[in-house]
Amino acid sequence: MAETADVKEPNVSDVKVSDASTTAEVEAVLDAPVERGEPILQVRNLVKHFPLTQGILLKKQVGAVKAVDGVSFDLYQGETLGIVGESGCGKSTVAKLLMTLETATSGEVFYKGQDITKLSGRALKAVRRNIQMVFQDPYTSLNPRMTVGDIIGEPFEIHPEVAPKGDRRKRVQELLDVVGLNPEYINRYPHQFSGGQRQRIGIARGLALNPEIIICDEPVSALDVSVQAQVVNLMERLQDEFNLSYIFIAHDLSIVRHISDRVGVMYLGKMAEIGTDVQIYDHPTHPYTQALLSAVPVPDPEAREGRERIILTGDVPSPANPPSGCRFRTRCWKAQDKCAEEVPLLAVPEVFAGKQTPAAHESACHFAEEKDVVHAA
Amino acid sequence: MTTTTEKTANVPEQSGEKNAPLLEVRDLHVEFHTRDGVAKAVNGVNYSVSAGETLAVLGESGSGKSVTAQAIMGILDMPPGRIPKGEILFRGQDMLKMSADERRKIRGAKIAMIFQDALSSLNPVLSVGYQLGEMFRVHQGMSKKDAKAKAIELMDRVRIPAAKERVNDYPHQFSGGMRQRIMIAMALALEPDLIIADEPTTALDVTVQAQVMDLLAELQREFNMGLILITHDLGVVADVADKIAVMYAGRIVETAPVHELYKRPAHPYTRGLLDSIPRLDQKGQELFAIKGLPPNLLNIPAGCAFSPRCPKVQDICRTEVPALHDVAEQDGTAMPGRRSACHFWKETIHG
Amino acid sequence: MPDNKTPQAGPAGVAGTGPSTAAGLADASNASVASAAEVIAEAGKPESREKARSLGQDAWRELRRNWIFWVSGVLLVLLILMAAWPSLFTDVDPRHADLRNHYLGGPQWSHFFQEDWFGYNVQGQSVYARTVYGARASIIVGVCVTIAVTVLGGIIGMIAGYFGGWVDTVLSRLTDVFFGIPLLLGGLVLLQAFTNRTVWTVTFALTAFGWMQIARVMRGAVITQKQADFVTAARALGAGTNRILFRHILPNVLGPVIVVATIALGGYIATEATLSYLGIGLKDPTVSWGVDISAAQKDVRDGPHALMMPASFLSLTVLAFILLGDAVRDALDPKLR
Repeated sequence: MAETADVKEPNVSDVKVSDASTTAEVEAVLDAPVERGEPILQVRNLVKHFPLTQGILLKKQVGAVKAVDGVSFDLYQGETLGIVGESGCGKSTVAKLLMTLETATSGEVFYKGQDITKLSGRALKAVRRNIQMVFQDPYTSLNPRMTVGDIIGEPFEIHPEVAPKGDRRKRVQELLDVVGLNPEYINRYPHQFSGGQRQRIGIARGLALNPEIIICDEPVSALDVSVQAQVVNLMERLQDEFNLSYIFIAHDLSIVRHISDRVGVMYLGKMAEIGTDVQIYDHPTHPYTQALLSAVPVPDPEAREGRERIILTGDVPSPANPPSGCRFRTRCWKAQDKCAEEVPLLAVPEVFAGKQTPAAHESACHFAEEKDVVHAA
Repeated sequence: MTTTTEKTANVPEQSGEKNAPLLEVRDLHVEFHTRDGVAKAVNGVNYSVSAGETLAVLGESGSGKSVTAQAIMGILDMPPGRIPKGEILFRGQDMLKMSADERRKIRGAKIAMIFQDALSSLNPVLSVGYQLGEMFRVHQGMSKKDAKAKAIELMDRVRIPAAKERVNDYPHQFSGGMRQRIMIAMALALEPDLIIADEPTTALDVTVQAQVMDLLAELQREFNMGLILITHDLGVVADVADKIAVMYAGRIVETAPVHELYKRPAHPYTRGLLDSIPRLDQKGQELFAIKGLPPNLLNIPAGCAFSPRCPKVQDICRTEVPALHDVAEQDGTAMPGRRSACHFWKETIHG
Repeated sequence: MPDNKTPQAGPAGVAGTGPSTAAGLADASNASVASAAEVIAEAGKPESREKARSLGQDAWRELRRNWIFWVSGVLLVLLILMAAWPSLFTDVDPRHADLRNHYLGGPQWSHFFQEDWFGYNVQGQSVYARTVYGARASIIVGVCVTIAVTVLGGIIGMIAGYFGGWVDTVLSRLTDVFFGIPLLLGGLVLLQAFTNRTVWTVTFALTAFGWMQIARVMRGAVITQKQADFVTAARALGAGTNRILFRHILPNVLGPVIVVATIALGGYIATEATLSYLGIGLKDPTVSWGVDISAAQKDVRDGPHALMMPASFLSLTVLAFILLGDAVRDALDPKLR
């Protein structure tokens, strides 16, 4: 395996791990500002296996769904990292792991050099103040029995140090104003709003604690086309206004390109390819990315004859029993014996290594080659 | 496949006039009586489809696009739904005036529908083969064995791998894309003249979406069927449609052949929609966003329903409902198939 | 080809997709219900609406328009008044016996609200007065058992549903064990242990064997709500267990629990009467419908009214609670709207 040995795998060694040990020290580290363009969140070899059990009283593990299986990436301060992939690729599980809503099976998530997968209690609460989430479904993510004021004000009740009691109502009204809702709506209930308005309420709740990172899990996919644009524009405005870093998870490749600075493509629990939006969309080197991009219907009827479509055969295999070697090989038109035997590492492919080309970005394929599938021939 | 073509409905064959549309909807109105009042879901819709043609009905939720389709299929819940006005002509016969029995014979055999959610449209306790075969047993009185053979043939046809082995599997054992193929197989079973597909690929992944749309288009060509594709996805429409009807607040605001619509929209709503979707092949600046919200169907704005959100609104728009005007070139040459329900269509398309 | 060749097979697969008829029809109606819901949801825009309107207020609006609610409500108000202030309805002492003059005296239907309205029982006591006074025991037992069962079953169900794992396994099996014991049998056996039986001992016995249904409903509802996005959102904010349970989950599971409890209330009243009838529930100095039914059964041929009147009131009460439960369920479940 000489050819893979010298390829650098993203490793913990490149993370500047903080040496804070007491809770107070950790909190101090978490509250320290990060320079724009510096990594704020570093994910290393993140793994989440959901055990499959049998039996009622004595549960026996009979296997595992490998939802996330060794994912590494960085998020830089002030940028938007898009994560795309089809259902079951593990992108939503990544979001939950970053939010520490699920416990990682192994791997680390460094926030400002502090591994948050190992935190608990007050330190974890401090992390939660700084990393917030916007959910996909605006209909289920708001408690139907609470007023809008209570929903947006709840973060202050949980973290009372952020806003003194007397100020909270005013803060909630300010937040409503920031996301473009009438501050007088404070006493209304969620079911009195439309989908787009509810998503604004969800965003206001995410903003309440002045977080540094917002993880958006399919934030606009449940909305109507004309409303999607409003919400996307709002999110871009808020990013500038509040100096936020976004992780934007979606299956809609066009929206991800629009909003993201860098994009990661996931397939069956692994990152297939990651790079800037130009690198991924205009110079993809992984066959899965190419297939995915070519399958997106383009709203331009002129393109329908000229464009090359790569139609994949079959479905995504079950994450409980993924293929050996490269996970994409069962649907890949380039697959060879090597693909079944060797797991391709996420690294700059050798053919492009050291070259000044947009194709020189990390791609987990043994036979990476550049192919522009987006622009009509 | 000649054995399956049996006349199940007493509908006259397309006689002399070759260009008569297969299905024509005329001035259709649908309203729902709710406890908050009357919701006017469809307010005078006209469209038609011919054999071999694909009509895309484009609209957001609440635009009435699905309700229209359900009215055509006769599967509206009445009450609370009501059809106060309108005609739905299938091969020249008004389906709204037919008896329940006559309509049932058209449904499934002549007009079939594909739903968005394939899992809930299949019965979870019956095998896929049984459900496919049922079409033949019920409509054509086939024996169980023959029906099963037919089911396998259909599954092959929609390219489900290993159809023979999988014919006895249950719906939950198939993936989303495969289930949607089974739905298509069911819709095709009796070789209908018209298929209505309501958001057929919305629930599917992009790569699977492409497979299913390809299959649908190919089968449509093969059988020379009419297809009504109901969707909100401008990309899907651009890929498969021949002509497009854009709906807003229960009305058609623009109709056009597919190439024309994307090149030169003649209604501000269509223009807004096209400008508000991000592009895959280039990184734009800020997206254009149509301001405001879709209207409340209980209280549709006076005049043009789009007027409160329209960037080009004038006084007349707030008082007068615009008719669906024929659209013409600047020099007056007619543009066939193009219509726009905007008082200022000239300015929108030419200005 | 003539169309009579088509087999007559009932409503054929709707939309050419529906397989068996039932499933086919279900699809079709689901689809149009969804569209109706879509339309209605679109209609719920705030612009044209008054200020805040909680789901509770919505339910009340719905309830107000349901005649079943008003019928059962009026009945229950009367019965509760009867239980609280029986002297409002009669000034006769229900324990006053006049055997010589009134042994099994027949009812005088035109003597409204008078001593002999419903006639006299075998002891020469006024059946009307006893029926009025009997309401108290029934209502107290019914209401108290329901409250106790809701609290006990609710807590057990909530713990089992929220914490899951082995806690759930243990509590669920415990629930199953209790489910194996019929309410009546359990009550009979437990009440044997008490020599002095009051409404409170009966309440205790019925609670001990009646909490399982609520626990199950609660557990299921909590498990559903636990996975709701808004609960995840609260966890992401750093909310603790108490906040999640009492602020987010509990208000959203109360609906089904209230419905089940209201419907079950009638059942507890009937069970109390049955126990008293069997001679194992309340005993004589306590006036109760069950006791009176039990006492009147021997003379059902000579004085059926002594049996019929308390029995009718019992049925009416049970019915009123069940109807109320139904009406509340219709109001709380937005899907049925």
